[in-house]
Amino acid sequence: MIKLTVNGAERSFDGDPDMPLLWYLRDEVGLTGTKFGCGQALCGACTIHVGGTAVRGCVTPVSAAEGQAVVTIEGLSPDGNHPVQVAWRDLNVAQCGYCQCGQMMQAASLLIDTPKPTDAQIDEAMSGNLCRCGTYPRIRAAIHQAAGQPSGAGQKPAANKGERL
Amino acid sequence: MIHEAQTMADRASSPAGTETDQTAPSALANVSRRAMLGGMGALVLALSWRDPARAEDKKDEPKKYGADAMPHGWQDDPKVFVAIAADGTVTVTCHRSEMGQGVRTSVALVVADELDADWSKVKVAQAWGDEARFGNQDTDGSRSLRHFFPHLRHAGAAARAMLVQAAAKQWGVPAGEVKAENHVVTHAKSKRSLGYGEVAAAAAELPVPARESVTLKKQDAFRYIGKGKIGLIDNHDFTVGKAMYGIDTRLDGMLYALVARPPVYGGKVVSFDDTEAQKVAGVVKIFKIDAPEIPSEFQPIGGVAVVAKNTWAAMKAREALKITWDDGPNAGYDSVAFRGELEKAARAPGKVVRDQGDVAGAMAKAKTKLEAEYFVPHLVQAPMEPPAATVRIKDGFCEAWACTQAPQATHDRLAKKLNLPADKVRVNVTLLGGGFGRKSKPDYVLEAALCSQAVDGAPVKLIWTRDDDLHHGYYHTISVERLEAGLDDKGMPVAWLHRSAAPTIGSIFAPDPKHELPFELGMGLTNTPFAVPNIRLENPAADAHVRIGWFRSVSNIPHAFAIQSFVSELAHAAGKDPKEYLLALIGPDRLIDPTSISDVWNYGEDPARYPIDTGRLRRVIEAAAKGIGWGRKMEKGTGLGIAGHYSFVTHTAVAAEVAVGPKGEVQVKRVDIAIDCGPQVNPERIRSQMEGAVVMGMGLALSAEITFKDGRAQQNNFDGYEITRIDAAPKEIHVHLLPNPDYSRPLGGVGEPGVPPVAPAIANAIFAATGRRIRQLPIRDQLSA
Repeated sequence: MIKLTVNGAERSFDGDPDMPLLWYLRDEVGLTGTKFGCGQALCGACTIHVGGTAVRGCVTPVSAAEGQAVVTIEGLSPDGNHPVQVAWRDLNVAQCGYCQCGQMMQAASLLIDTPKPTDAQIDEAMSGNLCRCGTYPRIRAAIHQAAGQPSGAGQKPAANKGERL
Repeated sequence: MIHEAQTMADRASSPAGTETDQTAPSALANVSRRAMLGGMGALVLALSWRDPARAEDKKDEPKKYGADAMPHGWQDDPKVFVAIAADGTVTVTCHRSEMGQGVRTSVALVVADELDADWSKVKVAQAWGDEARFGNQDTDGSRSLRHFFPHLRHAGAAARAMLVQAAAKQWGVPAGEVKAENHVVTHAKSKRSLGYGEVAAAAAELPVPARESVTLKKQDAFRYIGKGKIGLIDNHDFTVGKAMYGIDTRLDGMLYALVARPPVYGGKVVSFDDTEAQKVAGVVKIFKIDAPEIPSEFQPIGGVAVVAKNTWAAMKAREALKITWDDGPNAGYDSVAFRGELEKAARAPGKVVRDQGDVAGAMAKAKTKLEAEYFVPHLVQAPMEPPAATVRIKDGFCEAWACTQAPQATHDRLAKKLNLPADKVRVNVTLLGGGFGRKSKPDYVLEAALCSQAVDGAPVKLIWTRDDDLHHGYYHTISVERLEAGLDDKGMPVAWLHRSAAPTIGSIFAPDPKHELPFELGMGLTNTPFAVPNIRLENPAADAHVRIGWFRSVSNIPHAFAIQSFVSELAHAAGKDPKEYLLALIGPDRLIDPTSISDVWNYGEDPARYPIDTGRLRRVIEAAAKGIGWGRKMEKGTGLGIAGHYSFVTHTAVAAEVAVGPKGEVQVKRVDIAIDCGPQVNPERIRSQMEGAVVMGMGLALSAEITFKDGRAQQNNFDGYEITRIDAAPKEIHVHLLPNPDYSRPLGGVGEPGVPPVAPAIANAIFAATGRRIRQLPIRDQLSA
């Protein structure tokens, strides 16, 4: 029996301890905000926080979360207003939106370690998170906004200004 | 009736996973099943396939274009598209699939504008697959707003007129004295007003006004259209993990399925041993799916299916299967060797698809000649959400939840596969985690249906893993483009010969077609808009050995890469500036009737309304060049490149700045992309589509490629199939939207036209930076040697 918390709620699981957290969260807990994209930690769509650290749920067995606090996009903030969530909405970052939960979880983790990241630090921290729609310029800008600093050179905030809801 | 519409809309919008009323009478008992190519939608159109019976009936009618020519055409009934609840909530039904282009937002804002609704009270519901009710739903070809903008406007305006009439009736005043504005109906004289919600029930009782009697807004009264001030309608759900995609459906008692498919297209299962697989805890059923006839169209390609109690169990059990395959006729397919075949084909005369003047004569007399060959490999769409669908079959009723670009085609094929009447099938459309053409083919929904059938109709969610997606795709074609130009003493072409050799998408529908269809040829080949007196375009024969399918912007990718690279090569040979040379080649501003240059397709649009406009093409090229500072002094190892292209009745151009490092590593520093897509409905989303097109175009230019050996795709995941990551994405992408303020003018496409000019602009910039010419994609480490 594996015991853990998911978004603050205590849970126990007596199934296959090798089941990746991704499938545990999606199939067993019913939290579908954590996405499947590759199954091999190559795309970051399944990024969640375990013990406060961003990990890839698709390659992390549920047994590794024994006694740990697991946080998914559904639990990133109580009201959906974590600074990255707000910035993502302000800048209309999403296109299809599928990868964005993983992107936001990775970005939130980055901002804990590096509250004022440079473009280079953003690129390094986020390069494991793929977006097929190509929203990268807005992801960079949104992370800067969430960090409470102006966008890096060339992020063209002017292009988005006035287009916010 | 508006309330009835709301009920329907609510049903459509009910989150995947909630129960829907599966016995609800369908409004559409009589939807005729589409014939084979009908389901291909606008990309094929009546030009390449016509239903003989229908054609006979309609031979005296004028030729149809645009939405009129699509299967099931269009609808504009306000009772279909607009519902207003008593609390004033307006629900707009979106009949086009959302895959990142922002269509749910754009459709809703068009309707809301004509309705003069308060945007904060507007919601969107997703239509189920039902084209008789909603009009055509094939979400491809960059057509959603292009085809439905006027009809959606009408639906909103008609609903507003009904609110006005209902209020006027209630107050006993002439309708002409009543105004509906920003969610309030007002009679100024008597100082009376009602909220939209308060008058909605009475309005719903009224008949829908005659189409001619409905007046659309003057464009200066637009509240949302063209303003770019609307945030994404799904923003909240996107950011809190509540957006529901095809992979997210959850139903009571749901099972999970994977399929082990033949590794080679056309292969089949000889035998399989599931002894070990059956031992995996949670396995419910393992069964064989028969191989289809080849070509397989949208049918499942066979294999062994595993149904289990969770995804992980299905994965482990699939891994444990021991299957003996018969690889079939494509077992020898080797894409490297096949490139040689295409090159051979492109070096000999082929089927002539456009012949203007006397190319042979002019070529013989030309002062100099230049020739070059370009190669673009297979690609796969690889949407971040792989194909996924859930199907339940209960009491003779099949209900599906699917991330599909083709809801009606999915519906029709489900009905046929399960031998059910049309009104016993319902396809609910979820959000799509990217589509890019992959999700126009519903093979994965049919697989889910077979799995449900195998477990007595229990709900089954079937997903594709990433290796499934890369190994069993509907791949972008593989092509060799050969260009030859005969040049005058100023280095300008007097003769232009282009041979395009590439397997056709038609090969998934018909046995052994050797030539590209008109819609493929019309994607930047036949409609080459250059002012050259002698032009000959040929399409040599090519076989297909894998499933070929649409990939965002389709055949425009190889055509634009080859043509726009070759133009830059000619400019260099002539010692001229590439941008000036390109503009000279395009020639003076003029409107070209596409049919006059052998493009009988023109994206399904009326050539009179949608001519190729060389002036607009020139202006996007100028805008991109101006944006990037064309002509500025460049540091060593850096360069600028440019390309312009006409696709999806839109003109786009890209200027790219690259830096090439000492080891040949390419960095795309800045991209300026300019688009003239006619009047702009949602400029904010046009910008995002252009940004995304640049990133996707970069990926195919620099790193993405699917290769085949022994009939098997060689790339297994995102380590082998490399798409752009954030650290490679340009630090600066500047989007230039060319103003086109007259909303009575026809709209162009947006979703796809950004892609084609990206790769050639980057290749041309690399040449400017290094003097080395890129003639094959992806570029990868070509410059390291």
